[in-house]
Amino acid sequence: MTNFGFKISNTRVIHLDECKMELVRKLYKEEPSFKRCISCGACAATCSARQFTDFNIRKLHTLFRRAQYEGVQQALKACMLCGKCTLVCPRGVNLRSLIIHMRKILFEANKK
Amino acid sequence: MSNYFSPFVLPFLIGVIALITICIIKYIRWYKQFNRVQKTLLLKNILSWKFLSAIWETVWEALFHRKVFKRNFLLGYMHSSIALGWFLLILVGAVETELAVNGPKPFWTGIFYRYFIHDPQAFKHAAFFAHLMDFILLYVLSGVILAYIKSIYSRLFGMKKTSKHVVFDRFTKFSLWLIFPLRLLSESFTATLYNNGGFLTQGLGDMINYTVADVLEIPAWTLYSFALGTFFVAMPFSRYMHIFTEVILIFLRKWGLSENEQVSGFTMYELSACSRCGICIDNCPLYKDLQLQGVQSIYFLRDLRYKRPKEEIADNCLMCNRCMAECPVGLDLMTIRRQMRNKKELDTDSNYKYIDNLQAFNSIGRVVYFAGCMSHLTPGIVDAMLNIFDKVNQKYWFMDKDKTICCGRPLWQQGFSIQASELRRKNTQLIKQSGANMLVTSCPICYQSFKKEYNLPIQVMHHTEYIHGLIKSGQLKVRKDDLKVVYHDPCELGRGCGIYQAPRQILKSITTLLKTKNEKDKSLCCGYNLGNTVISLEQQTKIRNAAMDSLLSKHPDLIVTACPMCKKAFKRATDCNVKDIAELVKENMIL
Repeated sequence: MTNFGFKISNTRVIHLDECKMELVRKLYKEEPSFKRCISCGACAATCSARQFTDFNIRKLHTLFRRAQYEGVQQALKACMLCGKCTLVCPRGVNLRSLIIHMRKILFEANKK
Repeated sequence: MSNYFSPFVLPFLIGVIALITICIIKYIRWYKQFNRVQKTLLLKNILSWKFLSAIWETVWEALFHRKVFKRNFLLGYMHSSIALGWFLLILVGAVETELAVNGPKPFWTGIFYRYFIHDPQAFKHAAFFAHLMDFILLYVLSGVILAYIKSIYSRLFGMKKTSKHVVFDRFTKFSLWLIFPLRLLSESFTATLYNNGGFLTQGLGDMINYTVADVLEIPAWTLYSFALGTFFVAMPFSRYMHIFTEVILIFLRKWGLSENEQVSGFTMYELSACSRCGICIDNCPLYKDLQLQGVQSIYFLRDLRYKRPKEEIADNCLMCNRCMAECPVGLDLMTIRRQMRNKKELDTDSNYKYIDNLQAFNSIGRVVYFAGCMSHLTPGIVDAMLNIFDKVNQKYWFMDKDKTICCGRPLWQQGFSIQASELRRKNTQLIKQSGANMLVTSCPICYQSFKKEYNLPIQVMHHTEYIHGLIKSGQLKVRKDDLKVVYHDPCELGRGCGIYQAPRQILKSITTLLKTKNEKDKSLCCGYNLGNTVISLEQQTKIRNAAMDSLLSKHPDLIVTACPMCKKAFKRATDCNVKDIAELVKENMIL
């Protein structure tokens, strides 16, 4: 298949009953400013890591918000925590804190 | 010997023995926690001449409290009268005893001198010594009275907020406060009976009825001894452990020891050397502007010492270095804070494979320009710097032009030291391969990182230093402007790296630089510092506004700073123009 640099995602179904929403709730509690996120993508657009790889912070926190945690933990490790995303966020979401908390929550959930 | 013993000496004696034993046990335990490097340094330097300068510093700082004097005269006087005064009481008391009694005598004779030696003419200058000891006691008592006043009205001492101590500390403080009035009282009673006092104790003693003095003399001396004993037993477990530890810390520092990436014995010494004076509280932007309590260095260190570390408190710090600059003991507060942020399990294998493919550009004879992540959000700074390079015909390699590796400091500050070291390794490799002889960076965070955490074989400069060098050597000519400007010292550049003069020299050659209230090491943090991940944007904004108000109070035409983050923070909130120093230089270069 020709590589256009993007691909169409496969159809997915999110089973809300099977989602572990408690992790999301915990994240909202730890980092309340995340509630204000409008998923505009400014964070991903400015991201330093994004310039190298397909690391996409907007995708990752959106996945987390939808309780789709698979692969998020590993992907988050690509973040360099430089803070550009926090500075450009038009909604004042503390993204650096959000990233650290996502990593913490996922680490603890996977440990069990 | 029996001439100099009375049962009331016992509480004091027990106290002293307990104090010495506990201190020795603690110090040996902490010594064992030193790492290998620290032990080697200690053994290597212990016999060098450095101990002379350590003694000098001990006298100035631990006894005289010079740094506290510089801050506020009354506060300094209070500290030094108790520390230096008590030391002199012991020292002069020992000399007095030595002159009065020939031959062996127990060490406590000097402490209870008036009780044991009744003869006012015990030796040639006994009367002079009696007056001298009274004078020193008065000196100490004046300090104790000031301490009472300070606990009621601290503003007189230049402190808005004083520290909130735990119950045990307050108990120990009261036993300390009791020692000197009790000493005065017991010596006065004895003076009533034997006329052996100086101007103060005799004066007071003459007012006391003989019978009363006769009855109360022994109880008073017993209480004095109890107060001493209680204080000595409580001391190693309270904040007063700083009295000895501070002195040891001064010596350790002179012998070249310092904080480490990990908690070591040195950290234990530092934790106990904190006197919890509370000077850091007023200076902390989190208290000053947000009224947050319990997160300041004093409380953080206290919690650590009593083994109650809370992760959130460790994270809730701007790392603006303000408390460290003000700390009279000179503790390495930022390093201790960072040690406790250690993310342990999280900080394992990273996912930074993507940086492996970056190639260095052959830059022999060139300058490496590292703008820094944040400078990419303020393109004006980068543009100005590139213009300046072109102007002076300096060839450069713009290292992070479109693919930016972070310097690693933001990660490192948050306790991800392994991940940070991966970024450092790659950056070091790139810089070494490029063959350049100088690195210029526009971001104070990167600058501090390159300067302190990297071990680069080439010269590292912040752009203020670089531009200052160009102007000084005449390579870059600038015209004089008629603007009135204020300069904001970024935390990382000023307190972090001590660069205060270069930007000021540049500004003076271009504009009229106004003095502000909070400048140099007293500069206020803009609040956008990467050190803190806990406070919200609203709280950051409050800190920013306080810093900005301080700058705007001089009604400048322009706010100049040297950090992309500070620029971004101020730019959002004011109609006053905000520029980076590089941009100002670019506009005023003579073509």
